[in-house]
Amino acid sequence: MLALDRVSKTYPNGVQALARFSAEIRQGEILAIIGGSGCGKSTLLRAIAGLDRASSGTVTLDDEAIAAPHAKIGIIFQEPRLLPWLSVADNIGFGLADLPAAERRAKVARALERVGLADKAQAWPRELSGGQAQRVAIARALVPQPEVLLLDEPFSALDAFTRRDLQDHLLDLWADTRPTLILVTHDVDEAVVLADRVLVMRPRPGRLFDQIEINLGRPRDRNSPLFENFKRSVLTSLDRSLDRNVPDRDATQGPGQAMWW
Amino acid sequence: MISDAPVLQQTSEPADSTAAPSRLSRYARPLLGVLLPLILALGWEIVVWSGWSNGRLVPPPSRVFATIADLARSGELVRHIAATLWRVGLGFAFGVVAGTLLGAISGYWSLARRLLDPTVQALRAIPSLAWVPLFILWLGIFETSKIVLIAVGVFFPVYLGVMGAILIVDRKIVEVGRTFRLSGPAMIRRILLPAVLPAYVVSLRVGLGLGWMFVVAAELIGASEGLGYLLLDGQQLGKPAQILAAIVIFAILGKLTDWLIEVGAAPFLRWQDAFGRAKET
Ligand SMILES: Nc1ncnc2c1ncn2[C@@H]1O[C@H](COP(=O)(O)OP(=O)(O)OP(=O)(O)O)[C@@H](O)[C@H]1O
Ligand SMILES: [Mg+2]
Repeated sequence: MLALDRVSKTYPNGVQALARFSAEIRQGEILAIIGGSGCGKSTLLRAIAGLDRASSGTVTLDDEAIAAPHAKIGIIFQEPRLLPWLSVADNIGFGLADLPAAERRAKVARALERVGLADKAQAWPRELSGGQAQRVAIARALVPQPEVLLLDEPFSALDAFTRRDLQDHLLDLWADTRPTLILVTHDVDEAVVLADRVLVMRPRPGRLFDQIEINLGRPRDRNSPLFENFKRSVLTSLDRSLDRNVPDRDATQGPGQAMWW
Repeated sequence: MISDAPVLQQTSEPADSTAAPSRLSRYARPLLGVLLPLILALGWEIVVWSGWSNGRLVPPPSRVFATIADLARSGELVRHIAATLWRVGLGFAFGVVAGTLLGAISGYWSLARRLLDPTVQALRAIPSLAWVPLFILWLGIFETSKIVLIAVGVFFPVYLGVMGAILIVDRKIVEVGRTFRLSGPAMIRRILLPAVLPAYVVSLRVGLGLGWMFVVAAELIGASEGLGYLLLDGQQLGKPAQILAAIVIFAILGKLTDWLIEVGAAPFLRWQDAFGRAKET
């Protein structure tokens, strides 16, 4: 279990990005974090990843305090961040340097197969499309088999079709080893299609505002009324977190509003 | 949307028309480059051969090559080339080592940069040839002062190149290394070195160019052998063909050593975007 206990972060310039954020995340749970821009989502994720220290409060994974990057915690950023001087295969195997070469090769080959890029093994990152590159990034993060995978708006730079593709693909990959996924997103649709639970954050300073359990089986039908209902409740909560007027229940959202920025 | 359409057409058109001749120009373009010097050389050859000019001050190519052949036959050429190559090589090596070390320290460690960089920048502002009298006083007029002068010329571009390259390494990529918990040395070997390599190769090539420039200066000051000595000797004895011969050999050696760096680095830089390669052609 991953436990966040009153995590606060004040940047050196005085911005209080996080204030006493507490949450407990079960092993294997898929958690989406959603909230207005600048409400501290990335800050929170970076604290969990051990990339930045929290000013106060603790992050613990199975009772082990996290203060630096940890072998059991992987992260995928908004950009693929592939190393341009390594082939696709070597990028995926980047975190496996400690393994014997043969074992590493086998794992990389399996991962390549799994993300559908077996034919791109020897390609350079610059030769990939945005979606392919992000799939390589996912494979790179998953291949050391982390217990927790953090994703900071991983699909926000992709077009709508590719995004859906990768959301489904991520779920598929998740089912292999069922790591804990913590996904920061701006996309309500994405949160509801992926998550077991959605945390809504409130800005200035960033703190937990609301949480919504998504009690839907998988695979989820994006067009079912139930799905729409969950989406609406997340949107409502999000609007409340920003002190906006709650949308009228009757004025059902068209597809244009499914994306919330 | 509507206004996009014509723009799209416009941009796609030239792309199409350049696609076909680009294959032809892969061979034609280098040939095109040597056309002008070839015509000039041939023209001058004809002018002198037909007696319109005696070619005493500007010898025709045939006479320059005859001079090179003479020098080669007597073994002089090899001796001069060896002396110059030795100086450039040694000066380049010292300059590169010092530039790389100090550049890396300044780039990696900000305290060192604050301490060291202002001094280096101040020294860089001095035209390097201004050091020559001092070097001669300190180190004598023989090999040491020459090699130090060349090393000084090579040092600055390498130092700047290495430091600058380290400073602009993408923080996001360094973060990837951190999430995979690379140790300090592993971070350097697996992230920093490959990231700075392209800029490093460029700074090596610039440094080498300066090394060739400074070897001429060093050998003009006083030397009993070397290509620079051939220049000076040709001037003093009024042998323009010998001066031109030395210049031609300088050009060949400069291009050749530069090419060696380029070819040596190429296998490590294959990953670079086609952008870089497009610029070279
Ligand atoms: N390195 C930093 N130094 C100072 N302030 C920062 C830094 N990084 C973020 N902040 C501030 O902290 C607050 C939270 O930023 P954070 O990046 O966590 O927000 P976010 O929720 O991820 O926003 P977005 O949805 O736009 O990505 C913002 O007000 C931001 O300006
Ligand atoms: Mg963010």
